[in-house]
Amino acid sequence: MSDREGRIVGVSGNMVVAEFSGDVMQNELAYAVSGKEELKAEVIRVRGNLVEMQVFESTDGLRVGDAIRFSGGLLSVSLGPGILAQVYDGLQNPLHLLAEEHGFFLKRGSYLTPLDEEKKWEFNPDIDTGSRVQGGDWIGWVQEGIFKHRIMVPFALDGDWKIKKIAEKGSYRVEDTVAELKNSRGDSRKVTLMQEWPVKIPITAYREKLRPKEPLITKIRIVDTITPIARGGTYCIPGPFGAGKTVLQQITSRHAEVDIVVIAACGERAGEVVETLREFPELEDPRTGRSLMERTIIICNTSSMPVAARESSVYTAVTIAEYYRQMGLNVLLLADSTSRWAQAMREMSGRLEEIPGEEAFPAYLESRIASFYERAGIVRLNDNSIGSITIGGTVSPAGGNFEEPVTQSTLKVVGAFLGLSRERSDARKYPSVDPLDSWSKYDSFIDSGQVQFARELLFRSSEIDQMMKVVGEEGTTLGDFVDYLKGDFIDDVYLQQNAYDKVEGATSAERQTHVFGVLVRILKSELKFEDKDDARHFFQEIRQDFRNWNYAEWETDEFKELEKKLLEKVSAKAEAGIGEESDEKSLQPN
Amino acid sequence: MRKVYSRIEQIVGDVIMVEAEGIGNEELAAITTSRGVSLAQVIRLDRTRVYLQVFAGSRGVSTGDQVRFLGHRMRVPFTENLLGRIFDGSGRPRDNGPDLMENMIEIGGPSVNPAKRIIPTRMVRTGIPMIDVFNSLVVSQKLPIFSVAGEPYNELLARIAMQAEVDIIILGGMGLKHDDYLFFRDTLDDQGALSRSIFFIHTAADPTVECILIPDMSLAVAEQFALQGKEVLVLLTDMTNFSDSLKELAITMEQIPSNRGYPGDLYSQLARRYEKAVDFEGAGSITVLAVTTMPGDDVTHPIPDNTGYITEGQFYLRNGRIEPFGSLSRLKQNVNKATREDHRTIMNSMIQLYADYKETLEKQAMGFAMSRWDEKLLNYGRAFEEGMMSLKVNIPLEEALDRGWRILADVFEPEETGIRSGMISKFWPGGNGGREPERKAGDGSGDEGGEDAGGEEKKESADGETEKEKDSKENHKT
Repeated sequence: MSDREGRIVGVSGNMVVAEFSGDVMQNELAYAVSGKEELKAEVIRVRGNLVEMQVFESTDGLRVGDAIRFSGGLLSVSLGPGILAQVYDGLQNPLHLLAEEHGFFLKRGSYLTPLDEEKKWEFNPDIDTGSRVQGGDWIGWVQEGIFKHRIMVPFALDGDWKIKKIAEKGSYRVEDTVAELKNSRGDSRKVTLMQEWPVKIPITAYREKLRPKEPLITKIRIVDTITPIARGGTYCIPGPFGAGKTVLQQITSRHAEVDIVVIAACGERAGEVVETLREFPELEDPRTGRSLMERTIIICNTSSMPVAARESSVYTAVTIAEYYRQMGLNVLLLADSTSRWAQAMREMSGRLEEIPGEEAFPAYLESRIASFYERAGIVRLNDNSIGSITIGGTVSPAGGNFEEPVTQSTLKVVGAFLGLSRERSDARKYPSVDPLDSWSKYDSFIDSGQVQFARELLFRSSEIDQMMKVVGEEGTTLGDFVDYLKGDFIDDVYLQQNAYDKVEGATSAERQTHVFGVLVRILKSELKFEDKDDARHFFQEIRQDFRNWNYAEWETDEFKELEKKLLEKVSAKAEAGIGEESDEKSLQPN
Repeated sequence: MRKVYSRIEQIVGDVIMVEAEGIGNEELAAITTSRGVSLAQVIRLDRTRVYLQVFAGSRGVSTGDQVRFLGHRMRVPFTENLLGRIFDGSGRPRDNGPDLMENMIEIGGPSVNPAKRIIPTRMVRTGIPMIDVFNSLVVSQKLPIFSVAGEPYNELLARIAMQAEVDIIILGGMGLKHDDYLFFRDTLDDQGALSRSIFFIHTAADPTVECILIPDMSLAVAEQFALQGKEVLVLLTDMTNFSDSLKELAITMEQIPSNRGYPGDLYSQLARRYEKAVDFEGAGSITVLAVTTMPGDDVTHPIPDNTGYITEGQFYLRNGRIEPFGSLSRLKQNVNKATREDHRTIMNSMIQLYADYKETLEKQAMGFAMSRWDEKLLNYGRAFEEGMMSLKVNIPLEEALDRGWRILADVFEPEETGIRSGMISKFWPGGNGGREPERKAGDGSGDEGGEDAGGEEKKESADGETEKEKDSKENHKT
């Protein structure tokens, strides 16, 4: 394949057209050679002897006549121990190492190896010589941070193979051979601690894909209760700018009950990545007691970095997520924002002069989005253990209008829709997930009857609110008015959550179940009011008490005390008391 | 010497095409026309066809004019001598001063490695409560002012520039009215700040293409100063003109428009500029304040919309006031935890109540009877607008917070505000007595004070003994 070469004949933005001889592959990785620099590019269209490529770097200085070097492979990532806690760009360049080499600025054409080639890992073989294996089977492990990092038979291997040789326990570099395999045809393959995988092709070395059922706990009350997310499921967060998409993603990345979080910062602000980058190493993961960074991988291609690499960053992220899923881990992939990814496709499509679809997005937008989200899922691996990828993507709709192509294409394929609303964020009601518009196809860990009751009340409250805007407060009956206040109350004390408080910021599933139960009991009790002002005053008061309660640490004396006070106050207003028989239970949780 | 081409094959809009070889993408060329020499930049290569955009515009360009390629990209000088100087969009002096040619640096350089960025934690004090209290401005933030034509956005920009403590102010003016340009120059001159300022000015009368270069030049210079440890404030007004120039060029180049005629890469183009805002670890910083005028006051228009997704918040300037709704500083959390402990409380509660006030206003406008609560909200809203929102107010943050508590206490009982009890007992003026030195006896606050105390009483019973003791102790002190 070395006889293949190309010459640039045209440059337009980040697209390069070249003449070539020999054969090229669609999506083949190539390099545009400009002086001493070699710029990564990807073949995106072939016509006759002309090949069109997107360059992953700025194209200034490229000339007609410059050489193109084809790599013979697709754009791939290196998978092996040492990925955890890393910060990569969209092409898997380790950013910290780049910073050490080039200082403040990113240097064009500088590519570093994603994995530390010198570092030695303690390999523990798990399998005997002679065993039969398939692509994806575990043959041993190394300890990577808090995880047993499984060393697997390359996913690309077809059919059955036999272990011809397996290395002794000992320390090895990522490129050292730890096993040799042979198949019935007599082919043999070496297995190292690392392997390569093309990013745009899903890893499917598992037995079967299961239906996501188990809730993934985010500790965000409105999400867990009203719009729950399932382990192995998908969800999207569309919202206008300033509604809190990124903050919601950040909180999720901190508190979500998963093993590994992959953050794909795709075409968004650099500052937001920096917050994660700088804060995570300091934050403690409550589940393990170790730093949060140890379970986090960041793929960042921020808005000022080259556009084509933005398109690939999402794929890089999901491929890494799939790799860890193959080890039987639960992975959460947070993509922020999928709209920027779609825009990168649009930019390229425009350069290719393809016939545009809606809002100039390419016609294949929908299928690309669908196939990306389809890489999520909960799977049964070859050895029957379970691994999962949950994908949560933010969408940044133009003008905050959900009727645009990216939002609509996404809604078709996700299992939960967490729509953020500008009205809520303007009123500083965070998280600004709209409890009425949003939906989820997954089940919450909270009793569905209770959730249904709360949802109906919220809906009724909003209706009455609308009505009151027409007929005024005086034209509303006391009963309706109380319903309206109740809906507001749910929102104020339960759906809204202060992310910046240590206690209030993360509510455990246990606590949510308990608190929501109390809330529903309060709302179901028959309350007696003299007039509307009396009702309003009462709800303002218990709102205060409830909020104080939210700030108290779970199961402490203070927590119990505040709960008792709150319930006493409500009982005093309730005609028949509030569910006396269950009073006892609620005062002594569990 | 580099080859000179003397045949221009095509002139479309401000883009010309020559047949040439060995030319690099984005390279600069000088075109000698009957009107003088103009710079042009390569924007597309297609075999031997080289497309260039002419900075001075294509008017008067003849097919026989000379094109000389310079072998480098667009550059600006970087020297201390820039301070106090004014340039146009091609980097020529606009102030009759000498041409600067020393230490030329390329504009539009690579992006900062995210791993080298640090979390910004220093607040920029502006003396405007709507900014300091509700949406604090932070060093290295990029923030646009969303406004419509006719609002005093340039005045606001100049005022923030004057009050912010920075080493260097760089003004990038795009499509600026000539009077506005003079306004900035005179204002900064009056305040003695001109000697630490650099102007890159494109006025509405100048060629369109030069407009596109303004942000890159301003930011390239800013970046160099920041690397030398200087705190730089870059003012860009008006980014809508910049975007419109991009649109004009894209249409000329027959690119497929994505939304209302704007090119599909508008987001990336804007981001590449705004993302230059940075706080360098161990060096200086760049803070970017921009103006985006919203065509038709429509925030969903592609320019403000894309901008909003890029910048770290936005200020809405409407009716001469910074609107609390929609205005947002995304970095405020980084700084407002360290100012005063009641900062966030005041910030959140006052805005939530102001939202309620707005609702009441609607109800009032529809002629509904006002309840006692509505009356309170109306009083509150008026006091808030006068005491906090007006741009006339120029007080430091701490004073603004005190004023916030006073406005609340004048109208509400503590539990009506939804503020946590701990904060109430510590900061609530009036009822607790003594925390309000400015309030004179007999101005009607006595009654309210009584009411407040009543509110306190009720709240205490809910909040436990400790709270109560603390409160009553404070009561006894007076």
